[in-house]
Amino acid sequence: MRLEPKPAPSMAVTLLYPAMAILATFVIAAILVMIAGAAPLQVFGLVIKGAVGSQFALVETLTRATPLIFTGLAIAVAFRAKLWNIGAEAQLYAGAVMTILLGTGAIAAPAFVLIPVIIVGAMTAGALLLLGPAILKTRFGVDEVVTTLLLNFIFLLFVSMLLEGPLKDPMGLGWPQSERVVSEGRLPRIIQGKRLHFGFILAIFSALAVWLIMAKSVLGYEMRAVGHNPQAARFAGIPVNRVLVKTALLSGGLAALAGVSEVAGLKGSLTLDISPGFGYTGIVVAMLALLNPLGVVVSAIFVAGIFVGADAMSRSAGVPSYISDVMVATALLSMVTAIMLTRFRIRWR
Amino acid sequence: MLLDAFDIFLTTGFWVAAIRIASPLIFATMGELICERAGVLNLGIEGIMTVGAFTGWFTVYAGGDLWTGVMVAALSGALFGLLHGFLTVPLGLSQHVTGIGITLLATSLTYFTYRVALSESTSPPKIEPFQPYPVPGLSEIPFLGEILFMQTPLTYLAFIVVAMVAWVLYRTPLGLAVRAAGENPVAVEAQGISVTAVRVGAVMVGSALMAIGGAFLTMSAFNSFFFEMINGRGWICIALVVFGSWRPGKALIGAILFAAFDAYQVRLQQVTGGVIPYQIFLMLPYVLSIVALIVVARRASYPKALMVPYQKGER
Repeated sequence: MRLEPKPAPSMAVTLLYPAMAILATFVIAAILVMIAGAAPLQVFGLVIKGAVGSQFALVETLTRATPLIFTGLAIAVAFRAKLWNIGAEAQLYAGAVMTILLGTGAIAAPAFVLIPVIIVGAMTAGALLLLGPAILKTRFGVDEVVTTLLLNFIFLLFVSMLLEGPLKDPMGLGWPQSERVVSEGRLPRIIQGKRLHFGFILAIFSALAVWLIMAKSVLGYEMRAVGHNPQAARFAGIPVNRVLVKTALLSGGLAALAGVSEVAGLKGSLTLDISPGFGYTGIVVAMLALLNPLGVVVSAIFVAGIFVGADAMSRSAGVPSYISDVMVATALLSMVTAIMLTRFRIRWR
Repeated sequence: MLLDAFDIFLTTGFWVAAIRIASPLIFATMGELICERAGVLNLGIEGIMTVGAFTGWFTVYAGGDLWTGVMVAALSGALFGLLHGFLTVPLGLSQHVTGIGITLLATSLTYFTYRVALSESTSPPKIEPFQPYPVPGLSEIPFLGEILFMQTPLTYLAFIVVAMVAWVLYRTPLGLAVRAAGENPVAVEAQGISVTAVRVGAVMVGSALMAIGGAFLTMSAFNSFFFEMINGRGWICIALVVFGSWRPGKALIGAILFAAFDAYQVRLQQVTGGVIPYQIFLMLPYVLSIVALIVVARRASYPKALMVPYQKGER
């Protein structure tokens, strides 16, 4: 078999294949649900109800989508320039640690000063964490996939050390948990009494800003050129390494915002389990959005809906909630296949 | 204290542990090496090891014997290898994204299956794992005999696999085809051999080895399966392949050095007696992997067609 490029895929085709990818995801999930001994349609009904079926469910889905928008944007930016940042998980925690360092009383300032200080500090921390692998890549030719992956483990152990040492809350009854962020440092709630916080608004604005950078700025153009063909970009006079470093700083900074959002917005303090793999799920979010920053918002809400819905379903239908992770991974693989099929035709011969 | 820290190297217990810790890494490193020599990066390794750890252990738990468990682990690994190979070789999808996807899929499917199959058990059930098998004669050799020849059968298999991989890669036409597929696929096609078949086959065999590496943990090192037990070993193996310059012998030495270091940090932790936070010791293996990558990066000679999809008739 061989692949032939399609001259100009029609609008119908560009939508048909991704739709089929989502369908395939649900078919595979249905098979697993049956293996688990439940009725697929009933289970999917419960997932949808748990994700969007009530005001509570909807708010919960948007709350869960917030960190995913940030990590999704971080990945979308990096992957666009073919900088394989698999370390968004660590960068998220870098942002979370910085939030605690700056937000638990070290700086006495009103909210309109403290919150921007936390945001800038956290973004710097996340950016610096990815700067290392980026420089190792550009200067020494060390593959950034492995370094960013390994840094996830190193940084999580570092956070564990902080939480059992200098950052440990003396009032925490011995739990590895940090002190709480002061009220001036907390991101306010959007609706009184609901968990959804201003991190969500910040995420939407970040998506718009990243879209502007990618679509309208010189840097965005250079990033796309480097991602498309680094040799050609270098030949055209684009400073490839400098673009990669800038990309890394932006990507790491965006991932760190997920940490700010979870700590200053949702949880109030730092523990080792503030992220159930948001950094890795960000890869799926970005790929489902075809690396489009605005699409990231939609796909993050979709993925968050599956997680929140599956949690609710799992409690009532008894199908393990890991079904959501399977669905998200299947969606990733079927989506990249679908995108390929919109561009190429398979010839069997 | 400094003397204590050095004395560790002189104990047989330390080296026995080092070889044991090296065994799963050797399987998985050889697996990744085969994939990459054929031109395919396999980031599915972490997930495939998880699958192998579960399926091998579960087969025994369900009543199969140990070697059947190893076979089942290998087969399930090969199955995920087939998926990775199909998506990246004939379809030419991004090897990075597909590999991460395979890891996410394999891991979540394993956890899902575990929860479905063992919904009622609260503590992880145990199996009767592989026992140390002293090789007659050789295990009598002082010091070395105890270190190398009183291990479990899977450890012996790991060393045999290294020898086999080296022999096949450098001494057989098949190995030549695999290496050429990773260096110069056009030349392979010119010989009338299908690059697609060679690459997909290599990814399947490599993935089977990764899965056996995972199975070592549940069937030889420990006796039960628990979540997140692979704990980055797959990623370390990817670093070991680079460190070993894509050569089986060098990669084996890398794996043993790494395992010795890992066994050493555990013992050093006890010698230093809690003065240094234990997380520092746990970080060291990952830090060491990154340092090793930096050290060899300048002279790393990647297979030339690594991560380059091949299309028949294209130049």
